Amino acid sequence: MIRWNRLWRRNQQETELEKEIRFHLDQHVLELQAQGISPDEARRRARLALGGPEQVKESCRDARGTRWLGDFAQDFRYTLRTLSHQPGFAAVILLTLALGIGATTAMFTIVNGVLLKPLRYFQPERLVTLQEETEQATQYGNLWAFAYPNYLDCKRDVHSLAPIAAWRGSGGTLSGTSDSEYVNAMQVSAEFFSTLDVNPVQGRAFLPEDDRLGAAPVMIISNGLSQRLYGSSSAAVGATLKFDAKSYTVVGILPAGFEFQNEADVYTPLGQDDSPNLQNRARHPGIAVIARLAAGVGLPQAQSELNSIGRHLAQEFPDSNAGRTFVADPLRPDVGDIGPTLWLLLGAVSLVLLIACANVANLLLARSASREREFAMRVALGASRTRLVRQCLTESAVLGLCGGALGIALAALAIGPFVSLWPGSLPRAQEIHLDWRVLAFALAVSLLTGLLFGLAPILRLPFRALERSVHSGTRFLSGNSRRLQSSFVVCEIALAVILLVSAGVLGRALLRLTALNPGMNVHNVLVTRASLPPDILANPERTRAAWREMLDSARSVPGVESAAIVDTVPMREGNNQVGYSTSPAFLPPSQQPLALATSVTPDYLRVMGIPLLKGRFFDDQDRIGNELVVVIDDVFAQQALGAQDPVGRRLWFPADMSPFSSSSQTADVVRIVGVVGHVRHWGLASDDQAQVRAQFYYPFAEVPDPLVRRWSELMSIAVRTTIPPANVLGSLRHAVRGSTGDRVLYEVRTVEELASASLSRQKFLLLLLGIFAALAVLLACIGIYGLLAYLTSQRVPEIGLRMALGASASNVVAMILRQSARMIFAGVVVGAIGAVIAVRILESSVAGVHSIEPLTFAAMVALLIAAAFVASFIPARRASHVDPMTALRQE
Amino acid sequence: MSDKFDKPDKSDLPQGTLDLLILKVVALGPVHGYAIAQRLQQVSRDVVQVPQGSLYPALHRLENRGFLTADWNETDSGREAKFYSLTRKGRAQLDTETASWERLAQAVGLILKLSPGGAE
Repeated sequence: MIRWNRLWRRNQQETELEKEIRFHLDQHVLELQAQGISPDEARRRARLALGGPEQVKESCRDARGTRWLGDFAQDFRYTLRTLSHQPGFAAVILLTLALGIGATTAMFTIVNGVLLKPLRYFQPERLVTLQEETEQATQYGNLWAFAYPNYLDCKRDVHSLAPIAAWRGSGGTLSGTSDSEYVNAMQVSAEFFSTLDVNPVQGRAFLPEDDRLGAAPVMIISNGLSQRLYGSSSAAVGATLKFDAKSYTVVGILPAGFEFQNEADVYTPLGQDDSPNLQNRARHPGIAVIARLAAGVGLPQAQSELNSIGRHLAQEFPDSNAGRTFVADPLRPDVGDIGPTLWLLLGAVSLVLLIACANVANLLLARSASREREFAMRVALGASRTRLVRQCLTESAVLGLCGGALGIALAALAIGPFVSLWPGSLPRAQEIHLDWRVLAFALAVSLLTGLLFGLAPILRLPFRALERSVHSGTRFLSGNSRRLQSSFVVCEIALAVILLVSAGVLGRALLRLTALNPGMNVHNVLVTRASLPPDILANPERTRAAWREMLDSARSVPGVESAAIVDTVPMREGNNQVGYSTSPAFLPPSQQPLALATSVTPDYLRVMGIPLLKGRFFDDQDRIGNELVVVIDDVFAQQALGAQDPVGRRLWFPADMSPFSSSSQTADVVRIVGVVGHVRHWGLASDDQAQVRAQFYYPFAEVPDPLVRRWSELMSIAVRTTIPPANVLGSLRHAVRGSTGDRVLYEVRTVEELASASLSRQKFLLLLLGIFAALAVLLACIGIYGLLAYLTSQRVPEIGLRMALGASASNVVAMILRQSARMIFAGVVVGAIGAVIAVRILESSVAGVHSIEPLTFAAMVALLIAAAFVASFIPARRASHVDPMTALRQE
Repeated sequence: MSDKFDKPDKSDLPQGTLDLLILKVVALGPVHGYAIAQRLQQVSRDVVQVPQGSLYPALHRLENRGFLTADWNETDSGREAKFYSLTRKGRAQLDTETASWERLAQAVGLILKLSPGGAE
């Protein structure tokens, strides 16, 4: 109804305007006639005095201001109509835009979900995370995880943070229902869920009385685990579950989708943990602390209160807390080092979008040249300059928005496969979906691209030459426009060069990295974490015996050649950095050299296929009571001892870091008995740039009693197989589970997988950059083809004339190719500069990428030039087939 | 070269004056566009050349801004025409614009009367 009303009103306004102007003219004519002027002359003079009724009407419409709405509707309809008359043209433009905007939107959806979205808890901006801070920095920095007693004291004294909660990642074997399985778990204080403002959907959260030593064992489980075990989220409350051989009563079920930092299935009260280290202020396992700012309190206020608590504790416990205070920082999502990669991809994809824009601008330019007469006619009929500009903008906005809508649809379809294709798991993957931010971004991008490519035809609306255009009736192309169009093609080629060279450099880097020697034989090795039940872990002797037993059973599995245990597996997460000295005198902690310490059993070298370079590896004699021995790698030897023979020399480890002592105040002295090859612990790509590369191995059998438990919680079993490793897994699981069935293997990987995964980010980047570069080259070729085809068609009469005057077909081809060669050359030069910058950025954000090698650069540029020439050859050949007579007759 | 030199006795309207003149004419009573043009030319004894091409856009602009309101009525000769009349807002606008015009005219007059010798 309203729409009809408005339409009717619009018509009414138009009629009235018409009537008003006609009345004016008639009155004037009557008056002139009364003066004795002939009717024809009177009408002529009246019109002249008014200055053209159509122009006056147009100015009146402008003066009414609100008319732009009506105009917009008109332009909108007109745009749709003209586009539907040129379906091929429209399809090419929309497809180009949809690809560009779709890819950009998909990339932004990921950036938005992973990096930009706030945490999904209530008022996430009031959540903080707490750390201990020391005045003196060591080589690890000056920020530390909390000691549990410090947390308890902070909780007691602080008023500006409420609630304040502690948590600690853990894991263990869950049994009691069906098969035993290893689950990720968290130990949390009673305040944990109320800090995040998360309530269990069933049952209750932990109470303060659950959170202390000796309380009845209770656990809260995830919705997923509840579904998996009981098929619903309600049946689980009150059930009994065995976790690490201890029986717990399930008291609550968390809402589906809840996770904090890492997914966990089981939550237990931290205060029930009876390990003595937890109560130790100096040597403690480290817990994490989160808190919510109390109402009306800012971060600085909370910080100053924490400072004063820190000072009090430092006086009270000078041994552990001197020079130690507590810092609060806003809680941020933990996304690792993914940020630069994502921004890099967003940057790359926006280059593709720019190329798409340039292409569309060129298409519109070519079309606007053929619409020159239409515009000239409209100006003659009273259209103002702004009116034409508005029409052009409406057209490009419509194109941009339609392309954008298609692009969003494309992005919505692509985002799922894209996320699942991401190597490893993308952090916060569950946050990645189209939301209002993404839609706003896509809308802005669509309008902005519309404006970008819409500006081009506007710039060359030839207002001065319009009359000439109407008069002459021929199409003409100003040199200005040709330059503009050529410069778009130059830009496209430059952007394509940037993407192509980046992809080339990455590809080259990947080739180099894959060919690198990992330092071990990665084939046919299986590594898996293994967990021992707590009753065994409580006794060091039984623990050592259990490991020996597990290794023996592993060796008995058919297909297993050798087996060893190891704490930190190469190319897997986790490492143990230890300071050392080659003399009894230690440097200050912040200057001590560091090395990667790996605790192994004697067969480790054989399992991993690491070459022994000098001396010997461990044997069964290297155990507690005998001399402490280590084997170093060649990097360590070079770094610590230079050219001297390391075998037989001694090393000193500071007491607080030594893997051989737990509480003694004296440094440990060890003897180097052998040298082995360097293993790329940090991954194929990253190892060269890693800060700590030196490695040494020490026998697990020499780890002292107090450390055996902690070490055993981290141990993995590695086996070398004679058959494909996957085939032994079933029998291996069965062989090691023991008589009670509570020794469970989890996180099973082959070393080959680990090696390949260490390059996964590079591979994925290369895949995407390769796709982007291919798209860019394709678009640039379409651009150069389109422009040349258009220019050539404009020059058909000229070419005909040339040929009539004796030019050969090859002359014509050469002429056209010269034209494109200029554009290609200019594009390559500009692109080369951009490529140098782009590769710099790649270098700084992707491990293993080095500066441009001339060969890579030359190959990529040659590829682009070849493609561009093929694209230009088609129109050139067509031009050479021009029949001079037909062409001249056209003139 | 241009028309100005051929007709030295006619002046272009200074920027913005057309609105003021229109408001003044309409203030005398409802009147249609053609009559406004006539009236302006007559009263100014042909000194003010009313650009008819900009008269109507000005009228529509003033109507749009709420200074004028329009009605369709019959003229003396029995034809229907669009008659403009002043709104209350338009009258206020006329008063302020008249006042500021007079102030300006006075000031310009004073400056033009300056004798070359200087003060007095």
